[in-house]
Amino acid sequence: MTAFILRRLLQSLGVLIAVALIAFLMFRFVGDPVNQMVGIDTPQAEVARLRQELGLNDPILVQIARFIANAARFEFGISYQFRLPVTQLLAERAPATLELALVSAIFSLAVGIPMGVYTALRRDSALAKAFQAVSLIGVSLPTFLIGILLIYLFAVTLGWLPSFGRGQVVRLGSGWSTGLLTVSGLKALILPSITLGLFQMTLIMRLVRAEMLEVLRTDYIKFARARGLKTRAIHFGHALKNTLVPVITIAGLQLGSIIAFAIITETVFQWPGMGLLFLKAVQSVDIPIMAAYLMMIGFLFVVINLVVDLLYALVDPRLRATIGSA
Amino acid sequence: MSSIDTPAAAPVRTSRLRRILDSDIYASFRSSRVTMAAAFIVAAMMLAALFAPLLATMNPFDPAQVFLMNASLPPSWLANGDAQFIIGTDDQGRDLYSAILYGLRVSLAVGFAGVALAATLGIGLGLIAGYFGGRIDAIIMRIADIQLTFPAILIALLVDGVVHALLKGTSREDTAFWVLALSIGLSFWVQYARTIRGSTLVERNKDYVQAARLVGLPAPLIMIRHVLPNVIGPVLVILTINLGLAIITEATLSFLGVGLPPTQPSLGTLINIGNQYLFSGDWWIVAFPGTTLAVLVLAVNLLGDWLRDALNPRLR
Amino acid sequence: MSSPLPGQPVLSVRDLRVEFATRRGVLKAIDGVSFDIARGEVLGVVGESGAGKSVTGSAVIGLIEPPGRIAGGEIVLSGERIDNLPAEALRRIRGKRIGMIFQDPLTSLNPLYTVAEQLVETIRTHEDMTARQARTRAIDLLAEVGIPAPERRIDSYPHEFSGGMRQRVVIALALCAGPELIIADEPTTALDVSVQAQIITLLKKLCRDHGTAVMLVTHDMGVIAETADRVAVMYAGRIAEIGPVREVVSRPLHPYAAGLMGAIPTLDQDIGRLVQIPGSMPRLTAIPPGCAFNPRCPRVFDRCRVDRPEPIEHRPAHKVACHLYDPAERSAALEAQP
Repeated sequence: MTAFILRRLLQSLGVLIAVALIAFLMFRFVGDPVNQMVGIDTPQAEVARLRQELGLNDPILVQIARFIANAARFEFGISYQFRLPVTQLLAERAPATLELALVSAIFSLAVGIPMGVYTALRRDSALAKAFQAVSLIGVSLPTFLIGILLIYLFAVTLGWLPSFGRGQVVRLGSGWSTGLLTVSGLKALILPSITLGLFQMTLIMRLVRAEMLEVLRTDYIKFARARGLKTRAIHFGHALKNTLVPVITIAGLQLGSIIAFAIITETVFQWPGMGLLFLKAVQSVDIPIMAAYLMMIGFLFVVINLVVDLLYALVDPRLRATIGSA
Repeated sequence: MSSIDTPAAAPVRTSRLRRILDSDIYASFRSSRVTMAAAFIVAAMMLAALFAPLLATMNPFDPAQVFLMNASLPPSWLANGDAQFIIGTDDQGRDLYSAILYGLRVSLAVGFAGVALAATLGIGLGLIAGYFGGRIDAIIMRIADIQLTFPAILIALLVDGVVHALLKGTSREDTAFWVLALSIGLSFWVQYARTIRGSTLVERNKDYVQAARLVGLPAPLIMIRHVLPNVIGPVLVILTINLGLAIITEATLSFLGVGLPPTQPSLGTLINIGNQYLFSGDWWIVAFPGTTLAVLVLAVNLLGDWLRDALNPRLR
Repeated sequence: MSSPLPGQPVLSVRDLRVEFATRRGVLKAIDGVSFDIARGEVLGVVGESGAGKSVTGSAVIGLIEPPGRIAGGEIVLSGERIDNLPAEALRRIRGKRIGMIFQDPLTSLNPLYTVAEQLVETIRTHEDMTARQARTRAIDLLAEVGIPAPERRIDSYPHEFSGGMRQRVVIALALCAGPELIIADEPTTALDVSVQAQIITLLKKLCRDHGTAVMLVTHDMGVIAETADRVAVMYAGRIAEIGPVREVVSRPLHPYAAGLMGAIPTLDQDIGRLVQIPGSMPRLTAIPPGCAFNPRCPRVFDRCRVDRPEPIEHRPAHKVACHLYDPAERSAALEAQP
C-alpha cells in the first residue's frame, strides 16, 4: 500500500513540475515581465536594475528552479493589472468558487445518479425516455445559454431569484467568506449551481446508465437472479454497488472540471470567484494570474486524482489486494 | 444514356451506391426518424451558412446598410415590429435574421477549422507515437495525459490568451478567427492521438507493415499510405462529436469576450451582445441566436450519438 | 414444500418451445422438447453450442430474458406447473427449490461482496433465519463442499479463492436452501482439467446425499459418461436421442449421437478411430426442413428431407427421433429386400 501511494505521489509530482514548466514559459516569455511592471518613462538603468533584481539575467535553469520553489510556497508574483500579490487575489476569491463548485457537485451527483439508475432499470418507460432526451439536450446546450435561460426565467420574468452576485456573505475566521449562512446567500447560489452542475449531472446520468446496463448483463447478476434474490436486492444491493465503483473515478475528476468550468458560470452570473478573475486576466493578458490559476487547477487535479485512486482501492477489494501486495 | 461512352464506369458506380444503400448503417439510419431529422437540420444549416449572402436580406456588416434608428426593433409580429426585419434587430440596428445567417457561417467555419486542426495534429502525433513507440511514444502520450487533466475550455482560454499576447500589435479582427481555430485544435487533439496510437500499435506488427519495411519504404510513406487507412475508421465518430464540442467552445469563448469581436460576430458573439439587453426586455436579441446554436449543436450531437451506436455493434 | 410423490418425477418438461424475436424474424431456439428427471437422478444434456442446452436450463428456472420467451409447452416441478407462474412466485422457487450452477465461477460471484455476505443473503432470502443462524449454516455448507477452514475462509472475497474453490462456493450457493433440482450449466468447462474431476465427484456425492435431481448441461461426453444416469442428446433445438447413459454411449441409435460418441477419445481406443461429423450445426435462422440433421447425416434418405421425425421409444426408456427406427419404415425396408 505504501509503495503504491509513494509511486502515485511521485507521478503527481511529475505532472505538477510539467505544469509548472508551462506556467514558467508563459510567465517568462509571453510578454516581457519587466516591461509590464515599468512605465514608458522609466529610465533604462532602472529597468536593468529591476531585471537583475528579478533574476531574469540568471541562467534559465536557475530561473526555473526559483519559479518552482516560489510556486511551492504559493508565491506567484504581482498581478499586472491589480498591482497586488496574485496569491492574495486568488485567496480572496477562492471561497466563492469553492462553495459554488461544492453545491453544484452535490446537485449533479444527487440528481444524476438516481436518474441514471432509473433510466437503466426502466429502459422502456416514458419517463426514462424523457430523461434521456433531457440529458442529450443538457449535453448539447452550452453552459452560458443555460445560465441566460435561467436568469431570464427566474430572475427577469418571475423575479424569484437574484441574477448576479453572491448575496449577503458572512465572514468566518480570518479569510473565509461564506454565502451558505444567509437566506440571500443561499438564494443567490441556486441558479449558478444548477447552471454549473447541469452538464456534469447529465454526464453522470449517462455514465451511470451505461455502466449499470453493463453490470446488469454480467454473470454474477444472472447468478443472483438464479439464487432467487429479490429484484430490489439485485438492483440496489448488487448492481448499483458495482456500478458506482467506476463512477467514483469519473465523478471525482468531474469535481475538478467543475472548478474550471466555473469560469463560464461565474461570468454569466458575475460571481466574484477565481474563474471571473482568471477570465479578466486572459482578457488583459495578466500572465502571473494565468500562470497561478493554471498551477492551482493542476494541483487540484493531482490531489483529486490521488484521492480518487485511494477511494477506488478502498471500495474494490480486488484492487485492495493487488495494491496491498505491490 | 451517358453510360454508352463509358460502359465500364456505370456498373461500378451503381454497385458502390448499392453497397451503401444495402449496408446496415444505412438501414439503421433509415430506421431512426430522429437521426434523419438531425441530418436534415445539419445539412440545411450548412447550406444556409454557405449561401448566407444570398439568403440574407442585408449585409449586416456593411455600415451603409445599417441604421441606428432601427436598433432593438422587436420581431415583426409584435407591436412596433417592422416587416422588413422578420425577427427583429439588434442593438445597432442590424437585421437579426441576416446576422444569424452570417454568425452561423462564422461559427461553423471556426468549428470545422478547429476540428480539422485537432484531427490533423492528433492523427499525426498518434501515428508517430504508435509507429515508433519507445521514447517518442512516452513523451507524446505523457503530454496527452497531462493535458487531459485540464478541461478543454481552460486550455482554449489559455491558448487564446497566450497567442494574443504573443501577437501583440496586430489587430484582433485580423487574427481572432485563426487564434480561435488554434485554441480549439490544441484543446481537442488528445482523443484522436489516443485512438490512432492504440490501433497503430496493433497494425505496426502486422505482416503488411513488416513487408513494407523490408522493402525499404520510408517511415512517413508507410504510416500515411499503409497504416493510416487501416486505423482511420473510429476517427469519424470522434470527428462528429468533436464538431459539436468545437462549436460550443467557439461560442463560449466568444461569449466570454475572448473570441470573435462584435465586428465579425459568431453565434456566441451575438448571444453575448443580446445578453446585455436581456434586462431591458429585448429578449429576441439573445433568444434567436441562442436557439439556432442549441439546435445546431443538438443535431450534430444526435448524429454523433447515432454514428457511434451504429458503428459499435455491441451496443445494438 | 410439496415433496414429490413416489414415482413422480422431480422435473417434467413437456413439448417445451422457446422463441427469440429478432429483427430478422422469430427464431425457434427450443422446438418441442420433452424429458423427465427423477429424484436423485442425473440427466446429462449434451450437444454442440447453440443446440439449445443452456436455453432449456434457463427456461426451467424461468430466466429466459427478452427478446426470448417460452412459446409453448409445460414445465412441471414435483407435480406443480411452474412455467406460467407470476414473476414473484417464480423468484421464490429459484434458489429455494431449483438451484443453478453457471459455467464460470470467476464471473458468477459478485467481486465486491465476501462469500459470507453472498451466502447469508441467499439463505435469508429463502429461509426465516437470523443473520447468526444463517452464518452458521453457511459455514456448514462450505465445509460440506470441501472448503478447508470454512469459518476463516468465509469472510474472504471471491478473488481470494482459486477457480476450483470458487466453483465449490458456487455449488454451496446453489445448495443453500436444499433444492429438489440443480441445473448445472457447463460446471467444469472453465476449470483446470485436474480440478474438473473433483468438482464432478463433489456434485455427484452431494446430490446422492440429498436426493437432489440434477440436470447437467455440458458439451463434454466424457463428463456425461462418468456422471449421468441418463443422457439427452440435443441437436438444433430438439432432442435427438434420450436414454440410459450406458446404452446411448455404447450403442447409440441416432446417427448424430453415433457421430458424437465416435468423437469421445478414450484411452483404450486407437486415435485412428476418432471420427468427426462432417459439416456443422445449422444456424437457427436456417434450419432445414424435415430432420434438422439431414444435410450432415451419413444415412439420410428421401423422407428425412421433408418429414420431421418425432421421438420413438425404440428400446425401453430409450427414445430416438429418427426415421431409421420408425417401425413402418423398417417393414417397408424389409419388403423392399428381395
